[in-house]
Amino acid sequence: MFREDIIIGIFSGWRSFLRKCLFRVLRVGPIPSHIAVIMDGNRRYAKKKKIDDMTGYDAGALALLHLIIYCMELGVKYVTAYAFSIDNFRRHPEEVQKIMDLTMESIMLLTWMSKLRLVRVHFAGNLQLLSADIQDAAKRLMESTAGYKNFVLTICICYTCSDEILHAVEESCKEKWDDGIGIMGYDEANDYERLIKVVDIEKHMYMAIAPDPDILIRTGGEYRLSNFLVWQSSCCHLSSLGTVWPEFGVFYLVWVVLDFQQNYRYVAKKKLQL
Amino acid sequence: MPFSLHFSPTPLITAPSPLSKPSFLVPYYHTLHAPKSPLCSSMEHALTHQGKQEAFDLRPEDSQTLPLGLRRDAMPSHVAVIMDGNRRWARLRDLPVRSGYEAGVESLRKIVEICCKWGIKVLSVFAFSSDNWFRPKVEVEFLMSLFERGMQEDTGIFFRENIRISVIGDLTKLPKALQELMVNLEEATKNNTLFQLIVAVSYSGHYDVVQACQRLALKAKCGLIEPSDINVSLMEQELETNCTEFPHPDLLIRTSGEFRISNFMLWQLAYTELYFAQSLWPDFGEAEFLKALLAFQQRQRRYGV
Repeated sequence: MFREDIIIGIFSGWRSFLRKCLFRVLRVGPIPSHIAVIMDGNRRYAKKKKIDDMTGYDAGALALLHLIIYCMELGVKYVTAYAFSIDNFRRHPEEVQKIMDLTMESIMLLTWMSKLRLVRVHFAGNLQLLSADIQDAAKRLMESTAGYKNFVLTICICYTCSDEILHAVEESCKEKWDDGIGIMGYDEANDYERLIKVVDIEKHMYMAIAPDPDILIRTGGEYRLSNFLVWQSSCCHLSSLGTVWPEFGVFYLVWVVLDFQQNYRYVAKKKLQL
Repeated sequence: MPFSLHFSPTPLITAPSPLSKPSFLVPYYHTLHAPKSPLCSSMEHALTHQGKQEAFDLRPEDSQTLPLGLRRDAMPSHVAVIMDGNRRWARLRDLPVRSGYEAGVESLRKIVEICCKWGIKVLSVFAFSSDNWFRPKVEVEFLMSLFERGMQEDTGIFFRENIRISVIGDLTKLPKALQELMVNLEEATKNNTLFQLIVAVSYSGHYDVVQACQRLALKAKCGLIEPSDINVSLMEQELETNCTEFPHPDLLIRTSGEFRISNFMLWQLAYTELYFAQSLWPDFGEAEFLKALLAFQQRQRRYGV
């Protein structure tokens, strides 16, 4: 569905010029370092436009592509998108397959784009739940872009925060007790330091690659996190927009950033405390 | 507002409620019946010397009456509240900060009463966050004394109205007397079944998850479980909200117009509906609570499907 000329078109032209001028004005104030999005509303968009759900997902993927480019121009360093939750496997198999096909297409496109704009791409989630071909393609893309530092795009796929925390605990336990100390060797006074701490859990999280988000945007008018970055969004600013995801454009992004700038004092204070 | 309380078939509050007045103004009477569990000496003192306050009247027919528009089948079982805005409330009225906190306690009493009447089973309140230890020492000390006073004064009501109190958080940082009071109150009310009030003190969502992870790690280390056995169910058994039948809030309300969770119950809020009220906590009364519940009942909860 995607063509490289679409991306080149977003990057160039008079719209791009106007956008960059607008972003230059926005950059007078603080810009969020990390934006996370829950891309809700693709099916409602499809219903509204009287198209099938699958085309709604295509429109959603295009909107994500636009967001990535806008964020790069604005100076945002990290973007995280909730593409597919573990809970979404309970949807209709045809819908799940469509999203998997879209993921594969997106990996191809991002592979091309990452070379153009030096984007690091990371897939966060239980990738073992994906089919072998998508897993391999995702791992190859992550490896090939691991050295890029200017902009990091994280796609959360087969992800829930509960699963992320449990995975982190399991990995922490294995790491801490690899030396095989059994029950007889347990000494509470000395072993307290060896119990896992916050840093141990955070080190093994899928999202360890990025700092906590500054803003978490949810489209579709819903006010809930749906098990997305609940650990990481403890102090971040939440923004729920009534618009459906495929209709999220540059002006919504500007609104969200202005809202962030109004609340920036609290965010900065929290970062200092930490 | 769309729903007026004047259209209710019966008044929502049937008797003058002690919870609507500052507790020190309410005339006290001696208690008429024994509490359900053995008490420590401080609680016996609270009941016999402070006596019985005029009770809010939970006749069975009251619990059947809901305001117009609320559906009983769609009431949340567990509501969580971040009680934000007490200091701003006081500043706006040129009052000292402590007045804001005291007004906040009154507001909480009203909401507890409403929850009991409208059939909400559990209310969790974020009384004091781990981050709040950074506040000025005088303010922190006042809050500790306010918790102690509030729990002592309302002990009679908890027993009489069959309210269970649970406290979650890192209690080791609290003054010893307050720790003891909370632990004893929890123990003494653990068999109360009408309503459960969970008070989060010195609590953070990160702390809760980490302490649960540490317990699981210890079990894995002792060979009781394998690291690969760690799952959602095992995790939830170790979280501090294992004290309730309904550990996941259906609705989280945050007052004062701030759009963030501030490290409250992170694991448990994964699928919770969030409601952000503009009013400050001391002004958050029945009308605002009703708005929040009506908004909750309009939401479609899909859980990813």
